[in-house]
Amino acid sequence: MVEEKYEFTSGAKKNLMITFVVGLVLTALGFLILNMLGGDHGHGAEAAAAHDGHGFAWYKRLFSNLWINNVFFVGLGLIGVFFFAIQYAAQAGWSAGILRIPLSFGNWIIIGMVLMAITFAAAYPSHSLFHWLDSSLYDPASENFDKIIAGKSWYLNKAFYIGRFIVFFGGWWLFFGKLKKLAFKEDLEGGTEIWRKIRSTAAYFLVFFAVSSSMSAWDWIMSIDTHWFSTMFGWYVFASWWVSGLALITFIVIMLKDKGYLSVVNSNHIHDLGKFVFAFSIFWTYIWFSQFLLIYYAGIPEETIYFVERWKNDHYAPVFFINLIVNFFFPFLVLMTRDAKRHTRILKVVCPAIVFGHWLDFYLMVTPGTLQENGGFGLIEVGLLAMYASAFIYVALSNLAKAPLVAKNHPMLKESLHHHI
Amino acid sequence: MEGGKNYILGVFDDEDVLLKGIKDVRQSGIKIQEVYSPFPVHGIDDALGYRRSRLSIAAFIFGMCGTSLALIMQIGMLGVDWPMIIGGKDHVALPDFIPVTFELTVLLAAFGMVGTFMVISNLKPWGKPRIYDLRITDDKHVMAVDIAANDATEDDIKKVLQSAGAVEVNNKDFE
Repeated sequence: MVEEKYEFTSGAKKNLMITFVVGLVLTALGFLILNMLGGDHGHGAEAAAAHDGHGFAWYKRLFSNLWINNVFFVGLGLIGVFFFAIQYAAQAGWSAGILRIPLSFGNWIIIGMVLMAITFAAAYPSHSLFHWLDSSLYDPASENFDKIIAGKSWYLNKAFYIGRFIVFFGGWWLFFGKLKKLAFKEDLEGGTEIWRKIRSTAAYFLVFFAVSSSMSAWDWIMSIDTHWFSTMFGWYVFASWWVSGLALITFIVIMLKDKGYLSVVNSNHIHDLGKFVFAFSIFWTYIWFSQFLLIYYAGIPEETIYFVERWKNDHYAPVFFINLIVNFFFPFLVLMTRDAKRHTRILKVVCPAIVFGHWLDFYLMVTPGTLQENGGFGLIEVGLLAMYASAFIYVALSNLAKAPLVAKNHPMLKESLHHHI
Repeated sequence: MEGGKNYILGVFDDEDVLLKGIKDVRQSGIKIQEVYSPFPVHGIDDALGYRRSRLSIAAFIFGMCGTSLALIMQIGMLGVDWPMIIGGKDHVALPDFIPVTFELTVLLAAFGMVGTFMVISNLKPWGKPRIYDLRITDDKHVMAVDIAANDATEDDIKKVLQSAGAVEVNNKDFE
């Protein structure tokens, strides 16, 4: 077999940089417009200001959007490693030819960590993201004293929170480094010994990931709505990350295939990836609905507040429904037939739509809690998403170009070649 | 799949030989009525040139029937016939109806699919399925060729089957 190597052409680089710059310009323009209109908006924020005592300020919207993108793209990076690991844990052969693509996503984790830490530190003084950081909430003498939040302080305190942040990212980065090292070593040495090593490392990673992905979902998103909680929130965030990661993997595989790479991939592999995207769109909906129905049916105010803020709110109601349409009805109806999953034309539309749809899902998880009535959807949101997306793809593709595109010594590559369903 | 009354059966004892045999037989211009196997043989549909099953379309239609039935039933009962306030919700509170709607969709799709399959495979209660050879439930693959559907003579068909790798070639006539 001919060794394939992906070439990250200057044309592709230029396109990504242009996207980044356009995103930057849109974001700057968005803030300019926001500040010009700021007079009307700035004072309608009594609800927002009740806790932290500040009016609405533009930087809150910046932090909120940075946070959405941080969490979403770190999730995509993690899902790349998760996909890689689960293929080994399940001893899957069909995917042997495409494993380098999800693996390349993992390189974002460390960059995402730095960006996330910077955002957290920048938003820290104003408590723009996490209002539980306000120390007066825990002081019984203060008028801000909040009994519920104070009761959670054993878990939601700065030291433990930052400790978890370091442990999670450290663990992910170490596991990713180990898996990547072993995968490249296999290219040189061959044999089945490395495959076994990757499999056992992958199994440990999956255990660590199961706990850490769930807890990071509480830390990074659920704690924004500090009073509210949902016992399935970790699953919910994981489902959203997972299906968007699968859609992105599928999309990149198809794009590479269109460019003439990945001769090992045929329509059977695309079919399997399409089935993954289809199935996990439904899985996400199932989790979404399970969380929604219990809260809706029980009708307990401390729980329903989450959906009141999103559904019964003019700012977010459209996004609330678009979220369901793009992430459930659209892929469900369009990807239902066998042909739709085998032919790349339809997947090339559905996959980016799902990635964007799940970004909207994160928008909907974060924004109503951080910005309340001051939230909006405009140039800032689109611009920052374009910046992060182009940076993420740039990191993934440039790392993809550093090593052979196909793991030529993977013991199951031959099985993958003959995959037929 | 009911055809004529007189058949020639090629008995194969290996699925790889069978797959190649199907190609050879079809290439020589002989129409195969059906191939019976004790277990699923990968790639046999393609070898026989079958179009993809339309069972999934039937499943979709039955599923939609289930969806409609569930919604009509619940809206009719809880919204029109006997409106009650449950948990302070509207009479027709669609989110509450989704689990039942989902279940009925799945139920009718599943029943409809099994029923459709039974009817088209002649396994309906009043049907009398033809048994070409009892060994197709054990360890032999049987290729049935309808004599009336082919222009070739009986002897020619037998020769083709034999050269395609059949271990036995038998005649089988139905009443």
